[in-house]
Amino acid sequence: MKVLLAERVPEALGLLAGDGAAIPVAGGTDLLVHWPVRVEAHDRTYVDLSRLEDLKPPRWSDRELVLGGLTTYWDVIRDERIGREFPLLVRAARQVGAIQIQARGTWAGNIVNASPAADGVPVLMAYDAVVVLESWRGREEVPLDRFYTGYKEMRRRADQLVVAIRFPRRPYSYQVFEKVGSRRAQAIAKVGLAVTRSDAGWRVVAASMAPTIRRCPAIERLLEVPTPLRAPDDLLPAIASDVAPIDDLRSTAEYRRRVMARVLYDDLRGPCGWR
Amino acid sequence: MSLTVAFTLNGGPVSVAVEEPERLLDTLRYRLGLTGTKEGCGEGECGACTVYLDGLPVNSCLVPTYQVRGARVETIEALDPDQLGPFLEQGATQCGACTPGVVMTALWISAHSELLETHTVRELMAGNLCRCTGYDGIVDAVATTIGEVGEGGTGKRESTAG
Repeated sequence: MKVLLAERVPEALGLLAGDGAAIPVAGGTDLLVHWPVRVEAHDRTYVDLSRLEDLKPPRWSDRELVLGGLTTYWDVIRDERIGREFPLLVRAARQVGAIQIQARGTWAGNIVNASPAADGVPVLMAYDAVVVLESWRGREEVPLDRFYTGYKEMRRRADQLVVAIRFPRRPYSYQVFEKVGSRRAQAIAKVGLAVTRSDAGWRVVAASMAPTIRRCPAIERLLEVPTPLRAPDDLLPAIASDVAPIDDLRSTAEYRRRVMARVLYDDLRGPCGWR
Repeated sequence: MSLTVAFTLNGGPVSVAVEEPERLLDTLRYRLGLTGTKEGCGEGECGACTVYLDGLPVNSCLVPTYQVRGARVETIEALDPDQLGPFLEQGATQCGACTPGVVMTALWISAHSELLETHTVRELMAGNLCRCTGYDGIVDAVATTIGEVGEGGTGKRESTAG
């Protein structure tokens, strides 16, 4: 195993460019699970990012909020301004593990770990996040809802680092985050949902319902053109067109579809005037 | 042995040679002899290995030792034994496997009682699993250290921590 210790961003980008298979390490919370027995992982090369101070603080401009590539969940939980303007970021962050994970885990790490059950990614996507990737060749921006191309596959080259996550500042007339797990704390989502409404329209994002976290265009269309629904099951055709859940150790496809329908219906019946 | 990591441990400087893959938990226990920090699950779930890293509770099983270079680390050995009083009085300890981690998180909450404006003790303690005490004693011990009436065993009981 080789560890390359970067002290500045350009140095980290140089190290990633110089070794096409090196793995960037931010908080380490995904990488080190059962680490001593994962001996195959000990043969790889890692680039440590933990000293890259420039990537830590969130920044504001008139038009947007920018999370750094190393901004942690706890950084966001303790930020009152983020809590006021982007409350779903705080709500989701508080559902990630507990303080010990929140203190180390980063939003960018949640994006590139690419778990279909991630807690951070749904709310980022519901706020129209843009992933800012940097490499020695330059900067590239990819909207998060177009970032994933398949299970654990994404539009990030091995030499690119997520240096920031950008969000437009907008008034939201509706926003909700739901996580359904086996218990309230320290659980991995069986179903995750983030829904927002702004002048840009509705955003409905589902987690643990497909090989990637994804937006649900059929449900979004159904919300844009007010459609009177009478029961949760009325959402099932749109759910079937938007997502493809599987049976796995945490739940079943059938349970996930029904829970998604019921949770969405319960949340949206008020704002949408359903009975 | 190919990496030397210098950091501040329990208030004093240390410099230790480690293997690259080493976890902070193992460096503390097996190179520095601080065996108060326990390994439970090894996957960041149980909190038995909780230490403070730059003032925040973290799972030392998930921290590569190379990441603490230049940082401030505090372990259960640094705490004043007198601070354990409320844990003994409230029956917040039993078999003891989780206790070092529980005490680390609990005393961090006590030192940052402003967190209780936004969080409950139970939410902040959710990263420390205890299979013996049922949590009420732990929650009451935290409440005692910050001089408040408990949200655990005395008076109203929340149905579950989970």
